[in-house]
Amino acid sequence: MKLLHHIGEYLLMLRLVFVKPTKAKVMQKLIFKDIKDLIIGSLGIVAFLSFFVGGVVAIQTALNIENPLIPKNLVGFATRQSVILEFAPTFMSIILAGKVGSFITSSIGTMRVTEQIDALEVMGINSVNYLVFPKIISLLLLPIVINFSMFLGILGGYVATIYGGFSSGADFIDGIQLDFKPYHIVYAFIKTLVFAMILATIPSYHGYYMKGGALEVGKAATVAFVWTSVVIIVLNYFITQMLLA
Amino acid sequence: MITLNNITKSFEGLQVLKGISITFEPGKTNLIIGQSGSGKTVLLKCLLGLYQTDGGKMHFNNQAFGDMNDQDRRTLRREMGMVFQGSALFDSMSVLENVMFPMQMLTKKSESEIKLAAEEVIERVNLENANNKLPAELSGGMQKRVAIARAVVMKPKYLFCDEPNSGLDPKTAIVIDNLIREITQENNITTVINSHDMNSVMEIGDTILFLKDGVKAWEGSKEQIFSSDNEAVNDFVYSSNLMKKIKQAHV
Repeated sequence: MKLLHHIGEYLLMLRLVFVKPTKAKVMQKLIFKDIKDLIIGSLGIVAFLSFFVGGVVAIQTALNIENPLIPKNLVGFATRQSVILEFAPTFMSIILAGKVGSFITSSIGTMRVTEQIDALEVMGINSVNYLVFPKIISLLLLPIVINFSMFLGILGGYVATIYGGFSSGADFIDGIQLDFKPYHIVYAFIKTLVFAMILATIPSYHGYYMKGGALEVGKAATVAFVWTSVVIIVLNYFITQMLLA
Repeated sequence: MITLNNITKSFEGLQVLKGISITFEPGKTNLIIGQSGSGKTVLLKCLLGLYQTDGGKMHFNNQAFGDMNDQDRRTLRREMGMVFQGSALFDSMSVLENVMFPMQMLTKKSESEIKLAAEEVIERVNLENANNKLPAELSGGMQKRVAIARAVVMKPKYLFCDEPNSGLDPKTAIVIDNLIREITQENNITTVINSHDMNSVMEIGDTILFLKDGVKAWEGSKEQIFSSDNEAVNDFVYSSNLMKKIKQAHV
């Protein structure tokens, strides 16, 4: 029953995001600020994780190939498939649910606790549009981050393969070109856009409707991370079923 | 002028406001006083339109709030200013940006006109040297002054203040009280202040509404409150040792 209440409240919040818009000039500034905080601010961690996880995927694949009949280009092929299909779009979104999601919940939650949201409402400003809309728009740039993650993941795999002596560079490059389907990139971008919407709205919901003080801001950030991750994993299943099966 | 007639409000079956009726006059500082939990904040939030009343009528300059359409309510909102208990300044904005914010959002004035108007108001609250400071760099009293500047920059007809003195030392509290009263008189604003500070009552209480358990227990002025024979008012007014000693000295 409580879950239904939250779902209903969340959907009502989504409706409010798109009504009574904030002035374009002000909104433009908010969007640029959120792009800086949410997208550009995430590039460092995304680069670091992608490079090393790509490397680990390549090492794990190489170490599990014992049969001499299996071609060496499989390391590049497996790294590419793992990174493009799942690691970059899904697991990077979950990692960003921790970084970006908790930032969104705690910043909006702090505004709730310190009555800044009430101040916006008293001025006659649609606070949901003012706070949530720029986050949705800026996170629509998430596919660019994911693209960056794909590149660095594969690069990490290449470097690990060469320096680990598991296969030659030519084999690895041959592997990443083998049976390449551009539709897999489209599939990854489609699901990234869905996850971006989830990343922007679920943490916003938990921050906007939180009650209590500073301690509850921390709790709301944790709950937001859990629910964002759960929803991303469940949607990932259904999107994969619909687009790839 | 704001007229309340038999206002009621409940939360989950618990009646918090029980038939409040009063008139708040323009150009005067109207205080709502009472113990914590007496319904002061709920009444203020009803006046602001943040809570919907269950019953009764609210009139703003003889216009019934219940009869207003969305456009009328939006217009009314723009005629209201609010000073929150914790100031509620936007953390990421400087003092000047905080004060400019309502005009940027709600008017079509040019940036230079908005800046000029904001600087005038900041000067009025004696903070002209703090334009570029962030709220975190200001003292509690300075934050309250910025909040007052932000609340009056749109030249509101109605000003609401929720515990404007909470957390301030007595001297700064008097500065804030006097600033609110001066701005109220200069601009003929209908000002409603939630407070449980007896110093404020003595300084600026033109009209005082005393709430007890959601009921209007007493109404009068600062001159009348100290000679009231209402038991609940006396309990509240003379609850501190200081006030008891003042009373004994008078007797």
